[in-house]
Amino acid sequence: MIDYHLLREFADSWGLLFMLLTFLVLIGWTFLPGSRERHHDAANMIFDEAKSLDKERDNVQ
Amino acid sequence: MVSLVLRSGGWFVVALLAFLALAFSADTGFAIHMGIVMLAALITMWVTMSGADYGSIARGILRMPADQSRYDDDPIRWGVIAIMFWGLAGFLAGLYIALQLAFPVLNLGLEWTTFGRLRPLHTSAVIFAFGGNALIATSFYVVQRTCRARLAFPALARFVFWGYQLFIVLAATGYLLGITEAREYAEPEWYVDLWLTVVWVSYLAVFVGTIVKRKEPHIYVANWFFLSFILTVAMLHLVNNLSMPVSLLGSKSYAAFSGVQDALTQWWYGHNAVGFFLTAGFLGMMYYFVPKQAERPVYSYRLSIIHFWSLIFLYIWAGPHHLHYTALPDWAQTMGMVFSVMLWMPSWGGMINGLMTLNGAWDKIRTDPIIRMMVMALAFYGMSTFEGPMLSIKAVNSLSHYTDWTVGHVHSGALGWNGMITFAAVYYMAPRLWNRQRLYSLRMVNWHFWLSTVGIVLYAASMWVAGIMQGLMWREYGADGYLVYSFAEVVSAMFPMYVIRAAGGVLYLSGAILMAYNVWMTIAGHLREEKPMTETPYNEAADRPLVVAPAE
Amino acid sequence: MSTITENHKKLERNVTLLGVFAFLAVIIGGLVEIVPLFWVKNTVEKVEGMRPYTPLELAGRNIYMREGCYNCHSQMVRPFRDEVERYGHYSLAAESMYDHPFQWGSKRTGPDLARVGGRYSDEWHVQHLIDPRSVVPESIMPPYAFLAERELKAGDMTKHLTALSRVGVPYSEKDIEQANADLAAQADPEADTDDLLARYPKAQARDFDGNPGKLTEMDALVAYMQMLGTLVDFKAAEAQEQPR
Repeated sequence: MIDYHLLREFADSWGLLFMLLTFLVLIGWTFLPGSRERHHDAANMIFDEAKSLDKERDNVQ
Repeated sequence: MVSLVLRSGGWFVVALLAFLALAFSADTGFAIHMGIVMLAALITMWVTMSGADYGSIARGILRMPADQSRYDDDPIRWGVIAIMFWGLAGFLAGLYIALQLAFPVLNLGLEWTTFGRLRPLHTSAVIFAFGGNALIATSFYVVQRTCRARLAFPALARFVFWGYQLFIVLAATGYLLGITEAREYAEPEWYVDLWLTVVWVSYLAVFVGTIVKRKEPHIYVANWFFLSFILTVAMLHLVNNLSMPVSLLGSKSYAAFSGVQDALTQWWYGHNAVGFFLTAGFLGMMYYFVPKQAERPVYSYRLSIIHFWSLIFLYIWAGPHHLHYTALPDWAQTMGMVFSVMLWMPSWGGMINGLMTLNGAWDKIRTDPIIRMMVMALAFYGMSTFEGPMLSIKAVNSLSHYTDWTVGHVHSGALGWNGMITFAAVYYMAPRLWNRQRLYSLRMVNWHFWLSTVGIVLYAASMWVAGIMQGLMWREYGADGYLVYSFAEVVSAMFPMYVIRAAGGVLYLSGAILMAYNVWMTIAGHLREEKPMTETPYNEAADRPLVVAPAE
Repeated sequence: MSTITENHKKLERNVTLLGVFAFLAVIIGGLVEIVPLFWVKNTVEKVEGMRPYTPLELAGRNIYMREGCYNCHSQMVRPFRDEVERYGHYSLAAESMYDHPFQWGSKRTGPDLARVGGRYSDEWHVQHLIDPRSVVPESIMPPYAFLAERELKAGDMTKHLTALSRVGVPYSEKDIEQANADLAAQADPEADTDDLLARYPKAQARDFDGNPGKLTEMDALVAYMQMLGTLVDFKAAEAQEQPR
């Protein structure tokens, strides 16, 4: 079976590097400008009560 | 008409079956439970048959505005009242058992009032009754507003609310009667578990149904968290509660798994009850109510995507850290530890995302006590999600396990994060649900905030000291090579800590009583005349244009 | 990167997809950790001496669960010097292999009970359960005096043993058949218990609560307390252990 020390050695070396890189990539990704507008819309969706009322009216028609 | 007859007939059959089960029950506890079920079925039948407009009567009693809102908010209004009621009941039970640990005479020598039976009552009342009602009410509130659609299956939504209350009553009375599966946080017996499964599937149907009929193309992030919470809790509940009833007419059952396997399944369940019930679901609340109250969009929508996927993926692995140095195989313990430590990052990502939502509106912490509660909730979320990974490290755990440190950790999360964010959500919803201009009193919210905060600090600090003290005393060796303290000496050393903890509980409960009064008066339509929380200085004399005197 | 965003956009607009992916994300961890425990043989190393509970011990264990003893007492000694000295040999996986459910516990408001069997006399247990502070002044345990007065109504033990055998506890047909008789015999000093002791090695048969005329809940609970941790012979077990 997998031994504690084996896992520990892996976690201390390549595992740590892998997690650090994943962490940095993910953090970097959150600051990339792509789809910023769409995310802005999604985040602001809960405030746009008037706008969505119009949309609803559009849907009904 | 036909459907009316069918429905009331159906409830009559349920009542009849419950009566038969009562008559032929194998034990008294089961008979009492079947009596409760029969009563519930008869009431439902009567309500169905008499055909009166109970909705409007209820609105009259609760002074709810008659269908002025476009959304189907009745189950949410009931939910807010249930949150208040079960919250008070759960906090009171917690305070009582805390006092029992300091003053054992409070066990009263009765079988129904011993610590062993009341402790599950406390944990279930605060997690499942208070927390569960908060989750159901807020998820129904949020899903309608973010989907811009009324609840799907309105009758089923009402069934979810009342069915869930029946589950709570059956579970709670069961603990007092000694009906338990004896697995922490999964104590209700097999038939109560089956009932909860029915309710939970209905809950999923209402929630997903509402998302399906949404008018917005986009599913808002709060709903992802609610959805994953409902799905995962269904999975955990079903697997962990697999059991073999001794008799179909008795309350007793034996767990399907035993020993090591049962231990891991139980803590896979137990830890993810924390991870999904008390974290993912409440994060759903956070992602809606914090931006709304702050009137600013969530800080980073992309961060919330990462937060969501990494949190739900990593959480499920962390269960084995409850079983460090036990007979569980080492590899499973190590895996639980590694994933618990990794979990720190998504948790703090979520905390940062919540806190940074206030970017540019930090002054609201000073002026708005509801925002202050939300910020404190996030701060406690951050603290306990740091403490958790730390406690899951094997070396730390060897000291902390079995001690009150764990209890303190759980409460800094439960009182700080779950409690505070729920209070804030209720304060946000109450005036809107009952169509009031504002809360009865914002100053009372402020008092509630401080009572709770000081209460939590007393609780967490005393249990932290108690836990480390226990851990160190148990393992202390003298110069002679013998253990220094007997177990009983360690118990008596805990006394002052237990008293301080109970004092913290008194403060926290007082805050909740203040809240119940505040919400009650809000519902009743009163506004307390009070000085506003902030006053911008205004000097009328200076408020005029500078008139340059004409040159003479 | 933008493809990730594009693909995620689909999830954000389709509740079925979102649900399926969320479910996949949460199922992986459980599968990887739990499933091997049922297939890997050395999870529970066989240990000499383990046997299923006698009906009386089982009834006592059910009272232990009913009263919520697990809220304050663990049954899992960890392999540390202080714990081993305080409570005895650290717990082996096999020792709870017939525990449906496990009762390892998570909190030691009171001491560990995994090896409490044989450490105190029956009289001590009875007195301690009736009034804990009369024997341990510092104790904060609730009193359980009602156990001594109440007749043991364990229900039909054949059904209990049948239910347990359905989830894998190796009770023999005779064990199940005799369950109700075994229950009464183990606490009855007059009864012939040779057959019971042959089927349940190391079982202790005597009146446990000092009241031979009546089979009480106290009899059952003390019988359970007195057998905890007594089944495995650790001289033999240590020879079997693999170095970890």
